[in-house]
Amino acid sequence: MDHKKNFLSGMHDGIPIALGYFAVSFTLGIACRNIGLSAVESTVMSLTNLTSAGEFAALNIIVAGAGYWEMALSQLVINLRYMLMSASLSQKLAPDTPLYHRLMVGYGVTDEIFGISINVPGRLDPFYTYGAVAIASPAWALGTCLGVVLGNVLPARIVVALSVALYGMFLAIIIPPAKKDKILALLVLVSMAASWAFPLVPFFAGISGGMKIIILTVAISAIAAVLFPVHEEKGEAAKPEDSAEACHE
Amino acid sequence: MSETYIYIAVMALVTYLIRVLPLTLIRREIKNVTLRSFLYYVPYVTLSVMTFPAMMQSTGSEWSGLAAFLAAVALAWRGFSLFSVAVAACVLVFVIELVIC
Repeated sequence: MDHKKNFLSGMHDGIPIALGYFAVSFTLGIACRNIGLSAVESTVMSLTNLTSAGEFAALNIIVAGAGYWEMALSQLVINLRYMLMSASLSQKLAPDTPLYHRLMVGYGVTDEIFGISINVPGRLDPFYTYGAVAIASPAWALGTCLGVVLGNVLPARIVVALSVALYGMFLAIIIPPAKKDKILALLVLVSMAASWAFPLVPFFAGISGGMKIIILTVAISAIAAVLFPVHEEKGEAAKPEDSAEACHE
Repeated sequence: MSETYIYIAVMALVTYLIRVLPLTLIRREIKNVTLRSFLYYVPYVTLSVMTFPAMMQSTGSEWSGLAAFLAAVALAWRGFSLFSVAVAACVLVFVIELVIC
């Protein structure tokens, strides 16, 4: 394999990811600042975690002063999807890929970097993923840092407007597959309805936002897995356009 | 504040282990259909739970949040990129709050 060429190719494909990361992580940085994290703390968090949903949820846990176990559990559940992606990538790498490459590729398993890495024809050269990480990860960290530093000097209207960027990104991730798969569409609707109704149930009213996400995610996903088992390689492991063709039984 | 760095260390460790363990340990495809299905559904459920109704509560007015939510769903439905959808939601909230607030 031509590692240099693959690295540059990964950087090239990583440019739009970096742009998106910068915008979203700027919002994350503002949220970090709002709960009192310093620029250094926030940047360290972004560099070591590289996960939008996980970091966003973590802020709620930090500000609530919740236990470390709750932090660990919430990250486990929220980022559990990375396990499937990682498992899928392990099949994409050449079987003789050394351990140190596997350890480094693992750092870059995000929704977006996984998405482009799995779409490479044939075996994945780790250097392709490194190229994407080399441009996306600094953009994620820089955006976070600038969000913390500049957050309060930006007009309040712009800060409020930026605060919906992450949610917009989440919708851009879940809606296209839901369009092609009625089960996923149903799941999205049920999940949103349950999320809305959850605090209204007296028994659940005192439960923190982080635990709410864990409880609903495990419960709804487990029920869906029993009712609608997936009998074909699909979704994260397949190309997005293939997901509609997977069958439910 | 050292407590913050403990939180960051815990989340970084958990997240990295999630990402790296399958890559290093699991060489075979997961065969258990229920477990595989569960893991497949997790991101859709968790992102849905996090987005609604939180998106409406993150803005100055619930109406601008709702408008951004509906617009983002519509744009995502039509296949626009993560970046486009995120920016469109931001711009819509900015414009609406400029008018009504």
